[in-house]
Amino acid sequence: MKQYVLQRFIQMIIILFGTSFIIFFLFAMLPGDYIDSNLSLTPERAQELKALYGLDQPMLQRYFTWLGNVFQGNLGYSLKHQESVTSLLNKYVWNSFIVALLALFLTWTIALLTGVLSAIKQYSLLDGIVTFFVFAAMSFPSFFISLLFIKWFGVDLKILPVGGMIDTGSNSTGFAYILEVGKHMILPVTILTLLSIGSLTRYFRTGMLEVIRQDYIRTARAKGLKESVVIFKHALKNAILPVITLLAFELPGLFSGAIIMEQIFNWPGVGRIQLESVSFRDYPVLMAFTLFLSCLTIIGNFLADVTYAAVDPRIRLK
Amino acid sequence: METVKQLIYKEKKPVKVKSPSLWKQTYRRLKKNKLAMISLFFLIFMFLLSFVGPYFSPYILDRTDIAYANRPPSASHWLGTDNYGRDVLTRLMMAGQISLTIGLASMFLSIVIGAFLGAVSGFYRGVVDLVIMRLADILMSIPGLPLLLIMGAILSEWKVPSEYRLYIIMIMLSVVGWPALARLVRGQILSLREQPFMQATEVLGLSDRRKIFHHLIPNTLPLLLVVATLNVAGSILSESALSFLGLGVVPPTPSWGNMMDAANNYMDFRKRPWLWIPPGLTIFLTVVSINLLGDGLRDALDPKMKR
Repeated sequence: MKQYVLQRFIQMIIILFGTSFIIFFLFAMLPGDYIDSNLSLTPERAQELKALYGLDQPMLQRYFTWLGNVFQGNLGYSLKHQESVTSLLNKYVWNSFIVALLALFLTWTIALLTGVLSAIKQYSLLDGIVTFFVFAAMSFPSFFISLLFIKWFGVDLKILPVGGMIDTGSNSTGFAYILEVGKHMILPVTILTLLSIGSLTRYFRTGMLEVIRQDYIRTARAKGLKESVVIFKHALKNAILPVITLLAFELPGLFSGAIIMEQIFNWPGVGRIQLESVSFRDYPVLMAFTLFLSCLTIIGNFLADVTYAAVDPRIRLK
Repeated sequence: METVKQLIYKEKKPVKVKSPSLWKQTYRRLKKNKLAMISLFFLIFMFLLSFVGPYFSPYILDRTDIAYANRPPSASHWLGTDNYGRDVLTRLMMAGQISLTIGLASMFLSIVIGAFLGAVSGFYRGVVDLVIMRLADILMSIPGLPLLLIMGAILSEWKVPSEYRLYIIMIMLSVVGWPALARLVRGQILSLREQPFMQATEVLGLSDRRKIFHHLIPNTLPLLLVVATLNVAGSILSESALSFLGLGVVPPTPSWGNMMDAANNYMDFRKRPWLWIPPGLTIFLTVVSINLLGDGLRDALDPKMKR
């Protein structure tokens, strides 16, 4: 076990380095930056600014300077927002986090229930309906479903706000504030849940179908256990095992899945900041955010492998 | 005598039972899956609509006519007209050509790169495997959409002309798509190479190239077919998202994604739903059909799934 963890850890470090390298060089390929596109600057002033931000140095040197800074928690300076990327991320990441967390919770609860139910009642009407919805949810372009929901619930029915986090000009506090934010969160959370629920339900269904065919389940039934005990205590435990490792991927997945949703709902999260930085050529922000998501994915991956190996010895013996 | 001969032949013929090929069996099983068959026919219909349909359209693609701008759907313009007076249905069909081509072409590229690199790394193992798989790991750990956003931004910075962007987007999508495929093929090859038929190729003294391309990769084809189908759906979705954000296919080249850009304009979004609902619905229906077909193929190809 120790050896496995160590092996995976070293692998993780290599991947982290590789990823940061690729992200940096992708950005180094960009010919223009915020300074170039700002026409109000004189050439001398632009040169001065470039020297200040170290943009005039060779690429490899810039990479190591950048990496060194990243290790010290300095992710760069947003040229548009005129503040450090770290504080910018810190300011907006929680808005994304709260939506992602709620969506995560809903996704897992609903997917677990529907997945297990449609597995026990395979080929029933319920299974058919669930499968249909799963495929529909998997195939909706995120921007299209966001727009449709805004049109239906925001514009036509006028029961939910069309975007933002609070009403325009609102300065409510305390409970009223929470209620207001909650109301604005309904659509974004619903959409994020819808977008990620499909594949997860499939995983639960397949996992459950594999398990309930095994001999020990027949034994459990033969012992005269109640069906609910057989399903939820004996079968679910094993069916859930491979899926639980997905939990570690889900969060970064939700963050990147939220990019378009946040843009459309005008939700003040990191995804919107990221898209904004594309159009303003504010590349330090884009770079930092991509690195942040990649690190989350890599670390999540590592944790998933390690926990999986811890609970299932078959994995580490391979 | 002749009649006897005929009799013998007649009797012999049905004896020669040849077991149907894998593909025939698969097709037979697939035919029983109603949902998959409906999807298949819908996809054929979409292809015909996109590639043949424009020839039957009385409207020319880029002919603008301000006098006929922003008309709601009517008998002459089934899906109405856009801000420049262009027929939405004609544009939708032309956009289908672009979107479907991008989806298919990027899938082919991903498959070629992924199958080749996966096979090589599974076959040779060792250092080659290590390098290729770490590269795949690295690419897979950068989330797809942000990676595509960066590449889209690079395209815009380099001021790539609209007609070339198309090809670069295909390449971009396959850059994102190949690692998962390579990993899958590698896993298959690792178990295939231990099987007796590979020992036979060793005994026959076949070259590595022949082993890989004639014996190993063909054995992964059923799996590749399923993944390829699902990959097309993913590519169409990614392309549409990218184009919607203005970082993919850019006007005047129409694509389903950039037609939906109309919804970014509040007036169009509220008052002219015929501009953005048809392309959105088309993307949705196409992707759903591809996913259902892929799922049906998986069930039909995998005998273990026969329940």
